[in-house]
This record gives sequence, structure tokens and C-alpha cells, in this order.
Amino acid sequence: MNKRLGQQGAVGPLQLGGLFLLLLVSWLLWSGIYKPLLLWLGLFSCLLSVWLAKRMGFFDHTQSLTMRSLLRLPAYCWWLLVEVIKSSLAVARLVLSPSLPISPTVVELIATDESDVSKVILGNSITLSPGTVTIDVHEDRLLVHCLTKKGARDLLQQEALRRSSKRPGLD
Amino acid sequence: MTNLVLDILSWVLLCLGGGFVLIGGIGSLRLPGFYTRLHSASLTDTMATILIFTGIIIQAGFSLAAFKLLAIMVFLLITGPTASYALANAALQSGLKPDADALDESQADPKNPAEREDVE
Repeated sequence: MNKRLGQQGAVGPLQLGGLFLLLLVSWLLWSGIYKPLLLWLGLFSCLLSVWLAKRMGFFDHTQSLTMRSLLRLPAYCWWLLVEVIKSSLAVARLVLSPSLPISPTVVELIATDESDVSKVILGNSITLSPGTVTIDVHEDRLLVHCLTKKGARDLLQQEALRRSSKRPGLD
Repeated sequence: MTNLVLDILSWVLLCLGGGFVLIGGIGSLRLPGFYTRLHSASLTDTMATILIFTGIIIQAGFSLAAFKLLAIMVFLLITGPTASYALANAALQSGLKPDADALDESQADPKNPAEREDVE
């Protein structure tokens, strides 16, 4: 949601203006009511959001999200959806089976060359698929709690595939 | 005719979503320990959200409302894992050790499920 803008370096007027424009357009699209009061409120909240984004260092982290990763987004979303469905069914089966055959496992993923944003996306994608939860991100390591040994093994396999870029990714 | 098909499809999705919420609830009760329960909560978080929202979007038809619903779904799917992470990380930071093994390939597989039965 935050990936439209720009390259790297200092915060230019282009980045600020780009975010502002994006926010303004989404406000207009979603509000659908064009009374003066609401328009002013919208303008005000867009300005406030841009200021907050600048203050929290949002623009320092956008460099890794380029046009290329934007183009890869649909394929990545589709892949993630398929993964979510598969793992949901697996977890549902586990939960409903009388013997509750779980085998909790903790694995560690090393993400050295990823940027901060990529790490966030990786961690969130892992948490998003049921059966695996990212419980800690520290420096270059992601600690992942898996519900089953098999889930952990699948995760490591996927990770290896991602490294060799045989699987949709964003970077 | 298409209306009927869409209606049926959306209701199937809605019911499946409801089913996943139910399964997530059952899992939260059945699974032992904090971290494992988190997993079944994410069943509700993710799968049920996707199914139910897709169902409602089909009901809404091609309109601004459908677009807004899609946006809400995306926001939920982004914030859900973040909240899960915050919860899990808070537990980890305050010293709750996950009752879990490290992945050890040399371990014999078949005996694992039986072994973990009594974990609480």
C-alpha cells in the first residue's frame, strides 16, 4: 500500500507530493460525498498523514520497492493466496482430527540481503499463512513457530526456492 | 441465471468462511499452549476473512461498495499478521518459551506425533 513512491536519498518534493496525491485520490474515491466541509477535512487529513509519514521515517524505507516489485505484486499475491488456502486446509484438518497430531517446531530463517521492507513482507506473509507464525525478527534472523514438523520443512523448502528465485517474490 | 449462480457462489463462500471461523474457535480451545493457539486464530484471521469478504463482494456486485470492501479486506490482511506478530513477540519477550523442538532432520519421523501428544 505504500510502494508507489520513488527512489532513494533525501525526501524530495516529488515523494511528498506523490504520497499526498495518492492519499487525496483515495480519499475522494472512498468518500463519495463532495460537500465543502468533507473536502476540507479530507485535505487536512491527507496533509496530516504526509507529515506523520515523513516524521516516522516512511520515506527512508521506500527505496527497495520499485516499479519492478510493483509489477511482481499480482503474481506474488496469487501465489500467497494459493499457499494460504493450502495451509488453511492443513491446519483445519489438524484441529479437527481427534488425536490432534501437532508437533510444534521453531525454525530460524536467515535474511541477510533483504531490506527492511522485504523482511516485513516476508514475516507478514509467513504469519498470514496459517500454521506458521513469525515470532521474532532480530537483525537478520526471523524466528518462525510452526504447528507441525512438516510445516517447518515445507517452509524451509519454500525459502530455498525463493532464494533461487524459482518462486514469486517481491525483490 | 447469472444472478442465481453468483448468489449461490457467494453463499457458499460465506458459509465456508463461517465454517473456518468455527474451526478456528474450536482450535483455539483444543490446542495446547499459547503459540499453538495462535495458529488456529490465524485460521480465522486469514482464511475466514478472505472467504467472507469475497462472499460479500459478490453480493455487492460491481460497485463502489465492492471496491471499498476489497480495500477493507486488504487492510485486514495487512494488519492481522502485524497484530499476531505483536502478540507473539510480546509473549516471547516476556519470557514465554515456545514448547517446541528445533527442526532436526536426523530425528525419526513416525514417532513424533505420538511424542507430542502430552504437551501442555
